[in-house]
Amino acid sequence: MSSADFSRRAFLQTTAAGTAGLALSLAGATRAFAADLTVGIVYVGARDDFGWNQAHAVAAQALKAVPGVKVVEEENVPETDACAKTMESMINLDGAGLILATSFGYYTPFVVDMAKKYPKVEFRHAAPLWNKDKDPKNAGSYFGYLNQGHYVDGVAAGLSTKSNKLGFVAAKPIASVLSNINSFMLGARKVNPNATVQVIFTGDWSMPVREAEAASALVDAGCDVITCHVDSPKVVIETAEKRGVKSCGHNASQAPLAPKGFITGAEYKWETIYKGYAADLAAGKTLSNFTAGGIEADMVQNTPFGAGASDAGKTAAIAAIADLKAKKPIYVGPLKDNKTGKIVIDKAYDNLDPYLDQMNYLLEGVVGSIT
Amino acid sequence: MSSGAPTASDIPAAAIKPAAGSDWALRLRANSEYVAIPAFALLMAALLFALFLLAIGKSPLDFVAYVWRGGFGTAFSFQNTLQRSSPLILTALAVAIPARIGLIMIGAEGALVLGGFAAAAIAVPLIGFAPPFLTLLIMVVAGIAVGALWVGIAGYLRYARGVNETISSLLLTYIGIAIMNFFVEGVLRDASNPNKPSTKPLGDAYMVGKIPGTDVHWGFAVGVILAIALYVLMTRTTFGFAARVTGGNFRAALAQGLPVGKLIVSCAMIAGGCAGLAGFFEVAAIQGRANASLAAGYGFTGILVSFLARHNPLVIVPVAILFGGLVASGGLIQRRMDLPDATVLVLQGLIFVVLLTSETLYGRFAFFKPIKGRDRT
Repeated sequence: MSSADFSRRAFLQTTAAGTAGLALSLAGATRAFAADLTVGIVYVGARDDFGWNQAHAVAAQALKAVPGVKVVEEENVPETDACAKTMESMINLDGAGLILATSFGYYTPFVVDMAKKYPKVEFRHAAPLWNKDKDPKNAGSYFGYLNQGHYVDGVAAGLSTKSNKLGFVAAKPIASVLSNINSFMLGARKVNPNATVQVIFTGDWSMPVREAEAASALVDAGCDVITCHVDSPKVVIETAEKRGVKSCGHNASQAPLAPKGFITGAEYKWETIYKGYAADLAAGKTLSNFTAGGIEADMVQNTPFGAGASDAGKTAAIAAIADLKAKKPIYVGPLKDNKTGKIVIDKAYDNLDPYLDQMNYLLEGVVGSIT
Repeated sequence: MSSGAPTASDIPAAAIKPAAGSDWALRLRANSEYVAIPAFALLMAALLFALFLLAIGKSPLDFVAYVWRGGFGTAFSFQNTLQRSSPLILTALAVAIPARIGLIMIGAEGALVLGGFAAAAIAVPLIGFAPPFLTLLIMVVAGIAVGALWVGIAGYLRYARGVNETISSLLLTYIGIAIMNFFVEGVLRDASNPNKPSTKPLGDAYMVGKIPGTDVHWGFAVGVILAIALYVLMTRTTFGFAARVTGGNFRAALAQGLPVGKLIVSCAMIAGGCAGLAGFFEVAAIQGRANASLAAGYGFTGILVSFLARHNPLVIVPVAILFGGLVASGGLIQRRMDLPDATVLVLQGLIFVVLLTSETLYGRFAFFKPIKGRDRT
């Protein structure tokens, strides 16, 4: 195989270089063992996007503070062979021992291929895609159940709204997005049975113009709290603030964008997972191939309350967080979908139940359609 | 050697002396203008960029060192550079060939996306049924044909309806991407991949491999061969001559009875074919399926490469490698110098502007005109 050829060449070159400058290479080797771990983090967008990438970048900052850990980061890496080359460059030129690939489209074929090519390097990817039967053991997945954060958002929003109409700007009608919308609605309904959630799908992860239009249309329709699930919530939150309504965040903290109307937001806390990996590697443990959790595992959190949160909302949200820490279920049946009235949630499901990952419906209480 | 060389009868004897026996040297001196001016422009761009780096408190020397290390200095880096340059060679050719006939076509991105999509789509019923070699052959033909058709439309509209080819080729790009998305998110969607709409994967057996002994896929070799072939086509054949005449003076070409319409559409189709081929390699050598990642901007970077190479197919290869190296080292620069990703774009932009400005320098230096200059005195 050609990859084997290349490795052999690289090996020969390294050996040759080592013979040429033995003292130098020995010094280098000693240093390489002393610096415990280099972590390479690859982002698909800008690290300060107020969204998905920023959530990872915040965790990267926290990881940098861990002694013995060096972090190298690269942003705006497209989901082409560029990401494979970036990972390889981090391994070959920076000596990375752990690669965190944070965008969905990096996984197949790039993360899988690189994991096969570099069996001594650990690869972890931020979406539940690792397949224990097919994929290399030095690869793996991690993700957070952000819908729990949206549930808390819903609780706070349900008691901070006056019109009882909440708006949700969503990207694509796929399971993780639907789960966030449904959880937001269930949170609101828990404290305010009259609340409804109106959804507009924009069709793609990053459509700033359409997101602004959708947010504005929701305000026109009477919604006085707006939240979203798009890659960068910046535009949605700013539009809500400009239109004088309240907002709840998504992915990272958007509190600075809405000093008047921000209630709270669903945030990933990747820091917990990243520090966990670093600690496991430092202790010589094998990394878990699959790491996932929500508020109960400190992998999801809520942004500190902003000026938009009512006192009743704050109290109820704090109680909701305590419930989630105690693993109290969000989805308690019977619940019907909003289209046919069929019962889709028949009983109480654990918050991490795989059945919920297959969600392909909006629940009664949500106004909008996935088709 | 014949037409350009002055004969002894029309030149004063004294003037022949220094040139005696060095016709070749004189031609070299005249042609060195095409190397000296771009080299000077690159140097100027580098100086301006160094000022930019100093202004934000970073070391230009570090920058150069990291570009070298990240793009060229190690076996891994150089292969990284070559791999990244492969789609750029093909998309730059897609700009250069129409430019020879006087058309500014910027639709390589759309032809790349549709060519790649066509290759992936036609493979779906063949996987597991036809042998890999045959499948790849059909894929490559489909990719080239669809790419050629796509840019060919812009060429035809130019010739038959007088539609501005720059605008139409750009707009066709957006239509092309939309067509791919329509099918990839619709009837051709792979149901086993619920969160990223893609066509069915080809599988390892149906992929184009790497050039033996390297980590670079075959698209690079094909790009280099095609660049040479198209150089020969455009400079050493009747077709190329007719195309250049048409590019030089459209009306004169018409008056001479050249088949202008056929030439324009042919050049546009060759261009689209190159871009479609780039799309095929993106699918068959890298992604293994067609999805939105095909629209990665290679078609647009190719415009830059072709302009910098003055639309010369041979020069496109080194320019594409230079760009590949800049992009390949961009990551290392981000990581080591803590500079934003846009830094390399700033450098690319500076190079582009300075090189275009340097076009005005051609013909202004007597040194590069040993033959004509003599006529003037």
